[in-house]
Amino acid sequence: MIVDKMKKRAPTAKKKENKVDIQIGKWVKCDKCQEIIYKETVRKNYNICPNCGAYFRMHIGKRLETIIDEGTYKRFDLNIDTTNPLHLEEYTKKIKALRDKTDLEEAVSAGIGKINGQKVVICVMDSGFLMGSMGVVVGEKITYSIEKAIELKLPIIIFTVSGGARMQEGIVSLMQMAKTTAAISKLNEAGLLYISVLTDPTYGGVTASFASIADIILAEPGAMIGFAGKRVIEQTIGEKLPEGFQTAEFLLEHGFIDKIVERRELKETLSKLIRMSK
Amino acid sequence: MSNKLSAWEKVEIARSPKRKTALDYIEKIFDEFIELHGDRNFKDDKAIVCGLGTIGKKNYTIIAEQKGRTTKENIERNFGMPNPESYRKGIRFMKQSEKFKRPIITFIDTKGAYPGIGAEERGQGEAIASSMLEMAKVKVPVIAIVIGEGSSGGALALGLGNKVLMLENAIYSILSPEGYASILWKDASRAKEAAEKMKLTAQDLYDLKIIDKIIKEPKEVTDEEFEKITSKIKREIKTIISEMQNMTPEEIVEDRYQKFRNMGEYIVIK
Ligand SMILES: [Zn+2]
Repeated sequence: MIVDKMKKRAPTAKKKENKVDIQIGKWVKCDKCQEIIYKETVRKNYNICPNCGAYFRMHIGKRLETIIDEGTYKRFDLNIDTTNPLHLEEYTKKIKALRDKTDLEEAVSAGIGKINGQKVVICVMDSGFLMGSMGVVVGEKITYSIEKAIELKLPIIIFTVSGGARMQEGIVSLMQMAKTTAAISKLNEAGLLYISVLTDPTYGGVTASFASIADIILAEPGAMIGFAGKRVIEQTIGEKLPEGFQTAEFLLEHGFIDKIVERRELKETLSKLIRMSK
Repeated sequence: MSNKLSAWEKVEIARSPKRKTALDYIEKIFDEFIELHGDRNFKDDKAIVCGLGTIGKKNYTIIAEQKGRTTKENIERNFGMPNPESYRKGIRFMKQSEKFKRPIITFIDTKGAYPGIGAEERGQGEAIASSMLEMAKVKVPVIAIVIGEGSSGGALALGLGNKVLMLENAIYSILSPEGYASILWKDASRAKEAAEKMKLTAQDLYDLKIIDKIIKEPKEVTDEEFEKITSKIKREIKTIISEMQNMTPEEIVEDRYQKFRNMGEYIVIK
């Protein structure tokens, strides 16, 4: 629902979502092996640690660069902002600070591009913006994208990374789970392909909505995926969780994802799956 | 019968062990009720009760989150926190209701879906998502009624009604006020303050157009008052269903789609 007021914001609205660095400075430390690595080396290596193979989180620009054919991505012209429904002063400040700091508009970018020449609608979430949480803007962009896929009869690919529904927007964030899920139901009626790619971490209201009901669900190796957070589970059951709990490998083992795909292989795998679902 | 209570007072009422549970409502609202069990896959999880009911000559499918009324029953029902099998049992009855053209009535009352090892192993997230997906597409009228605590995705899993009703002292929220305070302010003891901020009362949700109707109730519900409340809900169900009787299955689905499609306002940046 569009609020009956328009807000002006300078060209920042269409700021490039293609340029996000993993960290500030030229060097980056791998959390897993503690090695200090030259950032450019990591960037050229699909944001994978050249020393131990750990996956660094990938921001929107880099993700699109590795998945979408060069020069074919066109972001949807959908520039929207939160109404701050709970009137939290700190929330408005936080959003503004994040926009200045990260060059991102919100926790998802949505548009159309080509994968090996095949046109797709693609949504990419970003952990750099409030942990990829889903408020109204994210819910609307995802839903809009699904409706666009239906209108244009295109497959849709969604890369998820999210802490879940966005607390700062309260109950209306929760309702985005229903909104996005209902849109997927329409997509299914239209007979179109939906592939979700779960990346580290995907939790809560995103796991419990559009992420888990794709025709094909892929995940990156080692990605943490679940409904309830580890701490909440530990507090509830009063014991430590087993090794490997809620990893992509754990989900594969239990039958909740179709395939774990190495980052380098993702584009080719997606391309093949789209071709084989025509 | 209306009341002026703070959000936190409503949280306490909604959670009170003395509050009426889904089966209390079902018994009063429906002329007949027969409970049916199991998800036909893993087990019969007792945090959700399913069955068939009648009001007059009309048949209904009932799917309800059920807290225990005694300690023993609470243990059996996992304190009303569903495991994935509960949602899958619900999905089974949603599919069946389409076959027999029975409208679906859901009752929402949970602290949330159960956060446990087994629940994760058996796909809690997938179960909730699939429950919403089934509700989104089912070709019969759906009415969801929030009777107590409607907390998080575990509540919303049964929430996709063409109409959503809510008891005046029930709450419906993204998370418990304690959880909210601990995530946003790193301090669970600020739960009271969180409750006032979160917009979790029936009036807040009505103003946000998330629910369609508030069912009035006094602070203390006597047996006599409960009779009045449940007969009011019964009348509401009959009215809604008769208003929808001339809609085609496609119109019913589209009506539900548009309702949820429009949830959440945003600002367009020019
Ligand atoms: Zn490393």
